[in-house]
Amino acid sequence: MTQLDQAASILLTPGGLDLDSLDTGLSHAMGAGIDYADLYFQRTWQEGWVLEDGEVKDASYSIDGGVGVRSLAGEKTGFAYSNQITAEALVDTGKTASGIVRSGTRLSGQAVSPVSAALCYPGIDPLAGLSAADKVAMLKLADRVARAADPRVSQVSASLSGTYEVVLVRASDGTLAADIRPLVRFNVSVIAAHNGRRESGGAGGGGRYSMAQLRDAGVAERYAKEAVRQALVNLEAVDAPAGQMPVVLGAGWPGILLHEAVGHGLEGDFNRKGSSAFAGKMGQRVASKGVTVVDDATLADCRGSLSVDDEGTPGQHTPLIEDGILTGYMQDKLNARLMGMAPTGNARRESYAHIPMPRMTNTLMMAGQDEPSDIIKSVKRGLYAVSFGGGQVDITSGKFVFSASEAYLIEDGVITAPVKGATLIGNGPEAMGQVSMIGHDMALDTGIGVCGKEGQGVPVGVGQPTLKLDELTVGGTQS
Amino acid sequence: MAQAFDARAQQTRLTSRAQQALALAKRLGADAAEVGASVDQGVEVSVRLGEVETVELSRDQGIAITVYVGQRKGSASSTDAGDDSIQATVEKALAIARYTGEDPMGGLADAELMASEIPDLEVHYPWALSTDQAISLALECERAGRAVEGITQSDGASLSTGEGVRVYANSHGFLGTQKGSRHALSCMLIAEDDNGMQRDFAYTTARDPKALRAPEEVGREAAQCTLRRLGAKRPATGSFPVLFDPSLASGLVGHLLGALSGGALYREASFLCGRLGTPLFPDWFSLEERPMERGATASSPFDADGVQTRNNRFIADGKVASYMLSAYSARRLSLTTTGNAGGARNLRISAPLQTPEALLEKMDCGVWVTELMGQGVNGVTGDYSRGATGFWVENGKVQYPIEEFTIAGNLEQMFANLAGIGDDVDTRGSIHTGSWLINAMTVAGN
Repeated sequence: MTQLDQAASILLTPGGLDLDSLDTGLSHAMGAGIDYADLYFQRTWQEGWVLEDGEVKDASYSIDGGVGVRSLAGEKTGFAYSNQITAEALVDTGKTASGIVRSGTRLSGQAVSPVSAALCYPGIDPLAGLSAADKVAMLKLADRVARAADPRVSQVSASLSGTYEVVLVRASDGTLAADIRPLVRFNVSVIAAHNGRRESGGAGGGGRYSMAQLRDAGVAERYAKEAVRQALVNLEAVDAPAGQMPVVLGAGWPGILLHEAVGHGLEGDFNRKGSSAFAGKMGQRVASKGVTVVDDATLADCRGSLSVDDEGTPGQHTPLIEDGILTGYMQDKLNARLMGMAPTGNARRESYAHIPMPRMTNTLMMAGQDEPSDIIKSVKRGLYAVSFGGGQVDITSGKFVFSASEAYLIEDGVITAPVKGATLIGNGPEAMGQVSMIGHDMALDTGIGVCGKEGQGVPVGVGQPTLKLDELTVGGTQS
Repeated sequence: MAQAFDARAQQTRLTSRAQQALALAKRLGADAAEVGASVDQGVEVSVRLGEVETVELSRDQGIAITVYVGQRKGSASSTDAGDDSIQATVEKALAIARYTGEDPMGGLADAELMASEIPDLEVHYPWALSTDQAISLALECERAGRAVEGITQSDGASLSTGEGVRVYANSHGFLGTQKGSRHALSCMLIAEDDNGMQRDFAYTTARDPKALRAPEEVGREAAQCTLRRLGAKRPATGSFPVLFDPSLASGLVGHLLGALSGGALYREASFLCGRLGTPLFPDWFSLEERPMERGATASSPFDADGVQTRNNRFIADGKVASYMLSAYSARRLSLTTTGNAGGARNLRISAPLQTPEALLEKMDCGVWVTELMGQGVNGVTGDYSRGATGFWVENGKVQYPIEEFTIAGNLEQMFANLAGIGDDVDTRGSIHTGSWLINAMTVAGN
C-alpha cells in the first residue's frame, strides 16, 4: 500500500470519505473570489514517559486529529478547522474559510496530480517498535548510569517521547500528497550538588525513526553520561565575562546561531512584507566569504526533515547564503506566489488547527577548511561556547540572542575555566560578517530543536562546524 | 462569529462527559480517577496595510483523564469527546498504569480539601461581534498607528475574541465548572531611519470587551513605542541600576513563582530550596495571591486538583512566607497544599509605590529596559542573563534609545537589590505590578 492509500485509510475512511470525495470537499473552500484552497487532514498519536526519583511515575498518551481548511484570495487568508473528518465538517469549514471574500469569479480546481517525493524517513509508527516494559527499562537504565557516574549527582530525570503523525494534503492546484512522520526523542537532565552549590546538566536527542532504533543507538547511557558531565563542568564554572570579545562556537547544536541570526530573517513572509532586516538584500553580501548556509529538509531521518511539507511540496535542499552572498528565501506557496518565486518546501504548521507559514527545517552552515584546534589557538581572550539553551530574534532590527549553557574562557589560545551560562547578543547581518574562521568539522545537532513562530511550535534541526566570530557581545556578570 | 457559543449547553455536555469518563474508569478497574475537559471557541482577524490579511475561526476541545490503580498512575487525552474516544482514552490510561512505578505520594488531593464554595467570579463576558465588526476595529487600530508621522511600514493589527468552558471532576465526587472569556487587540508597526528598521507593538486585553482600550489609542501607542526606538545606540559595558518596565517586572515575579513552586523545589531545581522564612526582598515588599477576585485574569475558586483556592501570601515583609504547592508537591515536601495546582492566580504586590519619574531620579544613571529577549534564566542557580532594548538614563532623565546589550545578575541578589516599585501598574495579566528598579546589574554592550 502506498503512503497515500495508507493515509487515506487512516484519515478519511473512518469518517466515510475517500480520495475521490475530496473534490467536493474542496469545492466548498473554493468559493467566489478564492484563487487557491487546501484541505489538510492530520492525525497524531503522542506518547510520553517520564522518570523521576528512579521510577517512571507518570506517562501520558494523547490522540489529536482533524482537518484544517484554508482559502486564499490574493494576500487574504480565510481559515477554519474541525476535529471531525466528515463530509459535513468539510462543508462547514469550507464555507467559513471561503467567506474571507464574498464576490468574484468562482474558479474550479485543477485536476488531481499526486505528488511524488523521495522519502526522507521511514513511514512507520515509531511508538509501536518498543514494548512498554522496554520503554520503562530504557529510562531506568539512564537513571542508573547517571547516578553511578558521580556521587555528586543528586537528582536525575529522564523522558522518552514519540509522535506518530499521518497527514494528507489536497489543494486546488491539483496537489495530492501524504506523509507519515515518525518523531522520537530521549532526554536526561540531572542536578549535581557539591559544597552547597547546585548546578544542572542536560542532554538528549532523537529524530524521525522508531523508539527501538533510539534504544539500539544506546542513547540512555550516552545522554545520561553527557548530562552528568555537563552538570559537573557547571559546578566548577566561574562568572562569565561581560562585553565584546571573540567567540568560538562548537560544532553541531551551536548552529542555533544560524537559526536566529539569519534563518528567521530569510523566511519568505517577512521579506514579502519588508519587515526583515534582510529584505531587499538578495544578491548582496550578507556574510563573510566562505559562509554557505542552506536549509535542508532532505537529510535522512533528521528531526527537522520533511518528505513533503504541509502544503504537499516535496522537501528540498535550499541554499540561502552562498559564499557570503544572499541567494535564497524559504517559501510557502502563498508568499512564493506573491513574490514571483517558487515554493521551496518550507510550508509548515503546528497542526491542522494552525495556518501554515514559511518555516525552517534543518538549517546548516557548510564546513570550511580550518582545523578546530587552530581556531581556538587564534583567540587571545574570548569565549568558547559548546552548548546552548534557547534563542530569539527581532527580525526587523536584526538583533538576536542565544544563551550558552556550557562555555569556557579562552586565554592565550588555550581553553581554560568553565564559565556560567550567559546570553550572547548580536545583529544578524553584522554577526555573519564577523565570521573569520570556519572549521572542517561540520556536525548536526542531536535532534532536540523546537522553533516557535507566531505561537506555533515545530521540530527543527541545526548544524554547523566550529566557527569563530571576531566580535560578539557576551552577557556575563564580570565587566 | 460563524456559530454561537452556548456556554451553558457546553457546561452540561462537558459535565456529563466527565462523569461518564469517571464511571467508566471505575468500572474498568481504577481505584481513583480525575478528568479535565474543555472547549474553547474564538475568532481572530488580522489586517495589514488597510486590508484584511487573515480571518481564523477556532474551536478546540479536549478531554484528559488520569487514573490511579493502587499507587500507579496513567494519563491519556484526546481532542475527540465521542463515546468511543472516551472509552479508548480511559483504556489507554489504565494500560499505562500497568507499567508505571508505584508512587506512595501519588493520588488525588484529600477529599476534605475539595472546593465547596464555588461562586460565579464574573469572568465570562461573551462578545457578540461579527467578523466585519472585528475587522473594522483592527483596521481602526492600524490606521491610527500608521497616521502617526514617521511610521513607514506595518506588521498589522489583530483582534481576537474567544470564550470557553472547562470542567474538572474527580472520583471524590468533586465537580467544578468554569466559563470564561478573553478578548485582545494588538498592533505592531515599523519605522525606519539611516540606521535601519525598528518595530514595536502595543496591546490591550481583557475578559470584558468593555474594558478594552480604544483601538486608536492602541495604534498610537504602538507608533510611539516604535518611533522612540529609532536611532538606538549601544550602551557601555559596566555595572548600573536597571529599571524594568511593568510588562517585564511581571516576568521577574514569574521567575520568583517558578522558584517557589513545589515541583521545582522537590526536584532541587530551585534557587529557593530551604529558604522558607528567610529574607529575600527588602522588608517593605510583600506578594499576595487573590484567586477569588471577581472579574480578574486568572480567577478560579478551585485549583487543578479540585482544591479550594485561598489568598496566599508568598512573600511577607520581604521574607519567603509560603511556597506554592499542589497536593502532590506538598506531599513530596511534607507540607500541605496551598491550592496552587496549575499555578498562581492573580498576584498583587503590597509595597509603597512611586511615580516612574521618581524612580528615574532615584536611578540617576543607568538603563531603563523596555524589552527582553531570550531565555537566559537558570532556575536552579538564579543566574540571569538576557538580551535587552531600552533607554539610557542620566541625571535621572531619559537620554536616548539603546539596543543590542545584555543585563545580567543573579535573581537572589536582584531581589535583595530591589530599590523601588512604580505606580504605573500593568493590570493586563495575572501578575499586577508597576516598574521595578534594581540596583547594580551588569550591562554588557560596547
